[in-house]
Amino acid sequence: MSKMKSFAVGAIVCAPMLSAPAFAQDSIYVPLLTYRTGAFAGSGIHIADGMRDYLTMLNERDGGIGGVKLVLEECETGYDTKKGIECYEAVKSKNPVVMNPWSTGITLPLIPRAAVDKIPILSMAYGLSASADGQTFPWVFNPPATYWDGLSQIISYLGTKEGGLDKLKGKKIGYIFLDAGYGREPIPLLEQLAKDYGFEVKFYPIAAQDMQNQSSQWLNVRRDKPDYMVLWGWGAMNGAAVKEAARTGYPMDKFYSVWWPGDDDLRATGEPAKGFKSLNWHSADGNYKALADIKKHVVDKKLSQANPDKVGEVLYNRGVYNSMLIAEGIRNAQKVSGKKVVTGEDVRRGLETMDINADRLKEMGMEGFAQPIKLTCADHNGHLATFMQEWDGKKFVKISEPIPPMVDKVKPLLDSAAKDYAEKNAGWPKRSEACDKAS
Amino acid sequence: MDMLYNVLIDPFVMMGSAPDLLIQTLWEGLVAGVLYALIALGFVLIFKASGVFNFAQGIMVVFAALTLVGLHEMGVPALLALILTIGVMFILAVTVERVVLRPLVNQPDIILFMATFGLTYFLIGFGELIFGGNPKQMIAQELYLPQGSTDLDLFGGLVRFQHIDIAAAVIASLIIAVLAVFFSKTRIGRALRAVADSHKAALSVGISLGQIWVIVWFAAGIVALVAGIMWGARSDVSFALQIVALKALPVLILGGFTSIPGAIVGGLIIGVSEKLGEFYWGGLVGGGIETWLAYIIALLFLLYRPQGLFGERIIERI
Repeated sequence: MSKMKSFAVGAIVCAPMLSAPAFAQDSIYVPLLTYRTGAFAGSGIHIADGMRDYLTMLNERDGGIGGVKLVLEECETGYDTKKGIECYEAVKSKNPVVMNPWSTGITLPLIPRAAVDKIPILSMAYGLSASADGQTFPWVFNPPATYWDGLSQIISYLGTKEGGLDKLKGKKIGYIFLDAGYGREPIPLLEQLAKDYGFEVKFYPIAAQDMQNQSSQWLNVRRDKPDYMVLWGWGAMNGAAVKEAARTGYPMDKFYSVWWPGDDDLRATGEPAKGFKSLNWHSADGNYKALADIKKHVVDKKLSQANPDKVGEVLYNRGVYNSMLIAEGIRNAQKVSGKKVVTGEDVRRGLETMDINADRLKEMGMEGFAQPIKLTCADHNGHLATFMQEWDGKKFVKISEPIPPMVDKVKPLLDSAAKDYAEKNAGWPKRSEACDKAS
Repeated sequence: MDMLYNVLIDPFVMMGSAPDLLIQTLWEGLVAGVLYALIALGFVLIFKASGVFNFAQGIMVVFAALTLVGLHEMGVPALLALILTIGVMFILAVTVERVVLRPLVNQPDIILFMATFGLTYFLIGFGELIFGGNPKQMIAQELYLPQGSTDLDLFGGLVRFQHIDIAAAVIASLIIAVLAVFFSKTRIGRALRAVADSHKAALSVGISLGQIWVIVWFAAGIVALVAGIMWGARSDVSFALQIVALKALPVLILGGFTSIPGAIVGGLIIGVSEKLGEFYWGGLVGGGIETWLAYIIALLFLLYRPQGLFGERIIERI
């Protein structure tokens, strides 16, 4: 019996070691912070599948990057900041080359740690908008657009619809948002634009615990009768907002969102969701060689957790795009460092010199999937133009030409926010990292 | 002065000038209130029978709804999936009695309370393992729940009654009525009340504690299923629903942990007050007050009636 007990205790102690992925000196360790469980899993699952499948495809098809296998390990955060930090601490000692927090809440506390731990943070189109400033935040990257870019693009689009930004004067714009760091992020710019263009803003905050209980705020919408509604939701909040808009009778063609609603969020509402619009910067279909390779090398070989029908949908492709940036960062790091097995420091340099032009997109089998993007030491974002897509009842369809961000409005705010951040965080280091020639 | 006007006068002027919006707000509050009452009822039933605050009631709502939708996605016809889900909730009740409650008989209440925490996390993990974490669409149409809405011209404005909300209010009221009659007029109901008063005394007159617990957990499971169907039809079925279920807490504080009428009246008061509060007063502080308003109302009640509206006043000799 005592032997049995010893065996049981031994098994329990050893189990975590056995389950940890084996990563050797000749591999590159890429942890993926994902949220496949909890209230936000509706978006998290598809993004996680896309991220994982693209990198797995590189392993299967090409034997990794530059001949070096990638070791992938997911850590479940549940979109919870505490768990996210735990994940970070758990993977830190395994020499990760890049961290993808996949939550603005998790990103913010990781920003000060990045320079200390020498692990670059890739917060793709989320996180702290000001971290686009590479001089202040050399270890943080948030391509291809900040939330402030996104908001300015929505306002710009509304201006076009009205016949000019000056025509927004006197209009009422409702802003329904997740009452958390993520949803509050664009508010300073929204207030600034309201002042500049003379429109009125009505705020409708939704607490995380009321994501599926939004009826009070939609009663407010019904009373206020905004000319346009802008949604800044996450997870279950997006689908519930679209449903409530339909229940309230708010015209769906006046309902706009930042880039996070997925196909499932709209599908749940059915026919009344037709006309809903959101920003995007990449394709929402699966007709690309890279995606065909994912199907061939990953999905068909049962190496994916994704439902095959979801491959090519908005949020799956969002995950693919994220991993494309990771892969290009690593590939560039190999180039600038001359090493095959790169470190976090090398990948920081790789991301900073990243230049995915049209030829490179073609080489990757992603011609037309997204626009070219180039990062520099000063600009860690790229501030890409996005486009508006509309839900046609079955899928998202691109309906606009590229909408550039309002650089003249966003840039001064970004610069000032970056400066403020450095001043408020006593001892924030001045950039000492050299800038590589390629950038 | 302006502030006083905005708090004390302006909201009532708005109510008078746009009565259609007032009726719509009251209706939304009543529907939410009935659903809160339904969830609170699950807590009350278990608390009455075992003195345990069942923290797992919220996840039971999600688990029941997920099972129903998950079975349907696997190809089971909707009505059969409903029957099978009721069966699953019965198996859950038996399992909880055998595995969780029976070994903990006579342990302090806090131990049983902590055990329901464990049950919560088990059901989250088990649910995600079987059905995945993806939000699912409630099969409202397949269950013959009405769709669409009726718009009425009232007081010069439009008041919209969603048919699913009317169905939710009617079904929830029926379930509450049936359970209230069952637990007050039947032999099992009397046995439940005896168990609630004293486990030992109930055992001494031949009442089977285990049987009562199974019945009560099964009833709480049915209530959870109905709440899950109705709330799921309003939004979707996801693990975020368990947070909504926590809205039953202020309802319980208000209505008392042991009173079925308390759960109903408390639910309605909380539902209506939070909608009115958010709509007419929320804007004064930037909105989003319904998250905490329910707790403030419940706390104010606690100051005057610590046992809740209909809760039993506990007097203990020292």
